[in-house]
Amino acid sequence: MATAERAILSADEIRRMLSRMAHEIVEHNGGTQELLLVGIRTRGVPLANRIQQAVSGFENTALPVGQLDITLYRDDLFEGRSLELQQTAFPVVDMAKTHVILVDDVLFTGRTVRAALNAVMDYGRPRSVGLAVLIDRGHRELPIRPDYVGKNVPTSLDEEVVVRLSEIDGRDEVVIQRPRRG
Amino acid sequence: MRVRIRNGRVIDPARGVDEVRDLVIVDGRIDAFVGPDVMGDFDLDVDATGLVVTPGFVDLHCHLREPGFEDKETIATGSMAAAAGGFTTICCMPNTAPTLDRGVDIEFVQSAARRAGRARVLPLGSVTQGQLGRELSDMSEMAAAGAVGFSDDGHPVWDARLMRFALELSRRHGLPVVDHCEDPALAAGGVLNEGRVSDLLGLRGQPSSSEEVMVARDLNLARVTGGRLHLAHLSARGSVMLLRAARREGIAVTAEVTPHHLTLTEDWALGSMGGRAYDTRTKVAPPLRTEADRRALVEALAEGVIDVIATDHAPHRLIDKECTYDEAAFGISGFETALGSLMTLVASGELALIDMIRRLTVEPCKAFGLPYGTLAPGAVADVTVFDPETTWQVSSGRFFSKGKNTPLEGKSLRGTVRMTLVDGRVVYDAQADAQ
Amino acid sequence: MTERLPSLLPMPIGEVVEHRWHQRRAVLDLDDFSREEIEITLETAVRMREILGRPVRRVPALNGRTVINLFYEASTRTRVSFELAAKSLGADVVNVSASGSSIEKGETLLDTVRTLRSLGGDILVLRHPHAGAPNLVLDTTGMPVVNAGDGSHAHPTQALLDALTIRDHFGRVDGLKVLIVGDIAHSRVARSNAWGLSMLGARVSFCGPPTMLPATCLGPTADLPWPIQVELDLDRAMADAQVVMPLRIQWERQEERPISSLREYARDYGISQERLCRAPSEAVVLHPGPMNEGIEIAPEVAHGPQSLVGDQVTNGVAVRMAVLYLLVASTSDTADSASNTERSSHARAH
Repeated sequence: MATAERAILSADEIRRMLSRMAHEIVEHNGGTQELLLVGIRTRGVPLANRIQQAVSGFENTALPVGQLDITLYRDDLFEGRSLELQQTAFPVVDMAKTHVILVDDVLFTGRTVRAALNAVMDYGRPRSVGLAVLIDRGHRELPIRPDYVGKNVPTSLDEEVVVRLSEIDGRDEVVIQRPRRG
Repeated sequence: MRVRIRNGRVIDPARGVDEVRDLVIVDGRIDAFVGPDVMGDFDLDVDATGLVVTPGFVDLHCHLREPGFEDKETIATGSMAAAAGGFTTICCMPNTAPTLDRGVDIEFVQSAARRAGRARVLPLGSVTQGQLGRELSDMSEMAAAGAVGFSDDGHPVWDARLMRFALELSRRHGLPVVDHCEDPALAAGGVLNEGRVSDLLGLRGQPSSSEEVMVARDLNLARVTGGRLHLAHLSARGSVMLLRAARREGIAVTAEVTPHHLTLTEDWALGSMGGRAYDTRTKVAPPLRTEADRRALVEALAEGVIDVIATDHAPHRLIDKECTYDEAAFGISGFETALGSLMTLVASGELALIDMIRRLTVEPCKAFGLPYGTLAPGAVADVTVFDPETTWQVSSGRFFSKGKNTPLEGKSLRGTVRMTLVDGRVVYDAQADAQ
Repeated sequence: MTERLPSLLPMPIGEVVEHRWHQRRAVLDLDDFSREEIEITLETAVRMREILGRPVRRVPALNGRTVINLFYEASTRTRVSFELAAKSLGADVVNVSASGSSIEKGETLLDTVRTLRSLGGDILVLRHPHAGAPNLVLDTTGMPVVNAGDGSHAHPTQALLDALTIRDHFGRVDGLKVLIVGDIAHSRVARSNAWGLSMLGARVSFCGPPTMLPATCLGPTADLPWPIQVELDLDRAMADAQVVMPLRIQWERQEERPISSLREYARDYGISQERLCRAPSEAVVLHPGPMNEGIEIAPEVAHGPQSLVGDQVTNGVAVRMAVLYLLVASTSDTADSASNTERSSHARAH
């Protein structure tokens, strides 16, 4: 199927947004104490790492970063997706004292975040869980909202938001793909 | 009653005949050759153009399961299946319940076969009472009742001294002792051939040597006693070598091989021949062996070291085979695929057509001293008419036999029986009887 | 909590890799596994092992599915291992053993399986004393089946956990010599390992009393059905083995005694500390269990520093989780290509 692609974020814009989100996270949680960034596989992981770097730029501390593969928690598991499991790594922390910040690239239906919340709970009972996403494209199917958003992007359902990150895709950009009609 | 079979290719190995001509039957006997345009009226006039006309096939080895196992086969269904396979005379093994080990048991089979009115059924009696291998049966009484030979088939006569007695007694009644050559200790409960396939499947194997040591023993006892020994269903190359040496020495012995041992190998149990692994329909005693064994058997048959082709038709119920390989019963339902299987050897050039017919007709009659197996004028009019060209797909659901256990299910074979006559009477007509 | 090993599978993140797991209806043995398939299974097992280290050792992946453990032979570790694996994936588990069930009343294997399937079983884990029983179940009923050991034929999950244990310890399987010692003739573990470890590049050797070797092992090498070596001199065979795997004598599968005494066996084929010293110092010992200490393995070896028996048990659960997960996946995937496309784009854009 042919698609038309439209750029919505450049590399610089992404960098500035992540920097802003890093400040918001630290500010909102009253510092960096007991904060844990958890990137949701796949593209949430490099985003979490970048937020960690941004924080270390102004707070002189390295936040712990975990990575979470939520495949086994999906509500549409076994419905034709790739079943390959990615690495999950959760730093050893005292969950009862920890503010967990889930990091993902795009917030859409909310189902991935629902799965991630369940996964996080299996590591213990965190003091709180926050959600940071680069793009919120709307169309929620569950009562989930983000705490830190790079950009709100209104979309139609047949469009697709594609986040490209240099660690995985060789360059930084966000585009909207739309099926070309005719 | 006059029957004419017109314009067929008449092959009668007993007399070396292979020519296109008419065959005329009068009152159950082959009529003298009277030329291509016999005059007169016929009760039955069959056009056999393009078909092969031979003496009725004679099977020295089958299992009809009655009495005792009528859910596997009866004398009626078995003798019908035989007729459909082109067999006019079949010799059935005594491993029934009760065992055929008395004169009355022999008479029971004969009368049931007469009632069925299909292929002629000639029973063998057991060598030992109840086939238990301990005490000899009254072979003399059974011979008088019409038994054509003696066997503990299914088991060997494992006690060498009893086997010696049996061969010595055959000097008096003149009937063959048919041994199922298998040393039980060496066979060790094996369920298929010992070797590559048994190792791969993790199943207990029966080594060729379990057959070979018994063949060696029996040949020795035949030499010592001068008795009439017939070796059942040979499967191993080593057995062929022993038999060849014994024949050279002049020991009175005959031997048979089955269509499945001539055409299939142990690989069929692996599923590598297009079937599935652990296909219990390949489980048979003696087991299917290697390609080297198969070739040796075909060569021995071509040479005449092995005299006879016998089916070892061994029907079973579905549930006897729908289980694990260890649990499954031994045996292949063979009457209705025998010709098709053997014709694959003719097609591949491994066996001449006239030799195939020889080993299904005149040779088995010689081995058991039966007055059939030829189309000579005056002979009993047992006749088989088959189409050597038409291919068909094996579908056990259409078997007359109750035994649907064939590893050939779904395979294409060439050669179909068109008509079978016993005593000049049609016992099978493909067009009329097809099911 | 970090992973012990990096991925051995260099695959670009996010790319869907086609492998035969997608077509699999059953796990009968490793003889039909490609190297890639084995490696995917081991990778998945590594991910599963991480779950087993969490405070809550259970994911909801198989919620609503029922795994049936149908065991016709006594078993502790394999049955419990499958049960824990299924439960850790969120599945319901039903254990059926031959004693105390309709099997004692003469019900056939196939009828039992059909009944269990009608009762709602999704995946059958079958242990049976007859080789080929899982093949029969699959061919006849089509029920997805995992072979948990069939007679002397195969024990694929044991071979997978052995491969994972060896790979963890050495960082590789390629090029290692694995010496399997003992009653090879009756060993499904030896057979499955012959396929699995060879496929991963190990050199597998069989060694044992000649009366306990499979028939082809005493014939010409060319006739061997497995990619293995046969060695009759244990001490010489040990000299270059990195992995030694003694096996239990399977008395339940033979009526005869193919050796004069256990004393003879322990002396000539038992892995003692002294004998282990002949192997390279890096050598490790695996045992599929149950062990007969003092016969095929000396207690000080079984519990010594070179023993990986404990790791095998832990890895057993992870490997069985991987197998159950991948098999549910391959037997659930009935989506046509159109809806596949829809789902994958949906998934990417979450």
